[in-house]
Amino acid sequence: MIEIKNIHKRFGKNQVLSGIDLSISDGGIFVVLGPNGSGKTTLIKCILGMVLPNKGEIVVKDISVKNNWAYRQHIDYLPQIANFPSNLSVKELIKMIKDLRGKPGDDTGLIERFQLAPFLDKKLGNLSGGTKQKVNLLLTFMFNSPLIILDEPTSGLDPIALLRLKELIKEEKAKGKTIVITSHILSFVEEVADEIVFLLDGKVYFKGSIEALKEKTKQDDFEHAIATILIHSYV
Amino acid sequence: MFKILKYSFYDLMRSRWSYVYFLFYLLLGVVLLFLNNDLSKAVITLMNVIIIIVPLIGTIFGVMYYYNSKEFTELLLAQPIKRSSIFIGQYLGVALSLSMSLILGLGLPFVFYGLFESNAIWDFSLLLVTGAFLTLIFTALAFNIALYNENKIKGFGYAILVWLFLAVVYDGLFLMFLMYFESYPLDKFSLVATMFNPIDLSRILILLKLDISALLGYTGAVFQKFFGTNLGVLLSITALSVWVFIPTFNIYRKSKKKDF
Repeated sequence: MIEIKNIHKRFGKNQVLSGIDLSISDGGIFVVLGPNGSGKTTLIKCILGMVLPNKGEIVVKDISVKNNWAYRQHIDYLPQIANFPSNLSVKELIKMIKDLRGKPGDDTGLIERFQLAPFLDKKLGNLSGGTKQKVNLLLTFMFNSPLIILDEPTSGLDPIALLRLKELIKEEKAKGKTIVITSHILSFVEEVADEIVFLLDGKVYFKGSIEALKEKTKQDDFEHAIATILIHSYV
Repeated sequence: MFKILKYSFYDLMRSRWSYVYFLFYLLLGVVLLFLNNDLSKAVITLMNVIIIIVPLIGTIFGVMYYYNSKEFTELLLAQPIKRSSIFIGQYLGVALSLSMSLILGLGLPFVFYGLFESNAIWDFSLLLVTGAFLTLIFTALAFNIALYNENKIKGFGYAILVWLFLAVVYDGLFLMFLMYFESYPLDKFSLVATMFNPIDLSRILILLKLDISALLGYTGAVFQKFFGTNLGVLLSITALSVWVFIPTFNIYRKSKKKDF
């Protein structure tokens, strides 16, 4: 599904990605982990073509990402910070995104799932952070694209919404979709991930299942396994 | 691109500021007509206001809109839409809604005053066209500044500086230069120098059309002598179009290469 070949990215003097090679196959949930500033979001933005790599190539569904935009119709993306035009109502925003993508989206099920019905006519500027994140999720999952990319999907969600999100992710996985997630909430990661990718200093430090990570770090639980890597890297 | 344009336009049409801007012009138009009681004189006064205010509003609005819609732009960038159409669409959305506030705000009082029966209609139309040009130019400049500066405060600072420079400082420097080198032939220099400032260009364009030699100033006089009224008008409109085209093209160019 996604082939990432030798990606380098530098912002000014700050080398964020230095030679990432990664292959994400069809179907399953891939979680990208790493300490703050390890390049998770940059990597995701490279896949989306929002950040242009200095070197390397990314191929999504056999289409090279460079100077291309049409491939994005196969991707649903949830950005980390959701901020929408404050003058629009939720309903109008949904309509607008549908119009921009030129696809009918299925929003009724999602509105029910995240209990957004009372907010549909409210202006986006008046919504709380958590509600905005729910709208953000709605916009992401509305289109039935084969690849879903979620950047910190849990931020600001209340426990019920979080539960619903997990259900939703599992349902989408059951449909055979590929889901790429970044998150710092390890319990969430442990619950959903099929495979994890650990980024450190702009390189892939580890790729494999959680079990394999535990084995490699000789730790019994996931949290300690991650902590072991981080402690070593902090020294 | 047209979808983005449409949505940016609607978004702005519903914002309070568009109405404030519209009402400002409405009030200005009504007051001027009421006090002046003379269409032609009102047009001249309006010109003096427009060539300063329109660039200021265009710059501020452009920068503000860009920074405010930054996260939303990121959402759009992840959609299957061409990058350049997002930015050009947003730019046109801002510029066109500002132009509409201007044209409607000033147009309505003049129409009710009896513009269509008066012979000032062409002067007045030219005034509005120039206002629209200035909006397009300065909004484009603002978008350029915002695209090059991630930092909001810096972006705002540069935008204000650009406006201040073109609206005030440029004329001062120009005048000093003319005084300093008064013993040299300065016709060509002043012609070229005028081309490099859209505000001066607009002033001359309107004054040429109004044919008020007393207000033309040195450059205007040179302009008229050199090109005559009709060619002068044509030339300044062309120069203004170039002023629109270059920054707009740069928005297109820069937006293709930028990281978000």
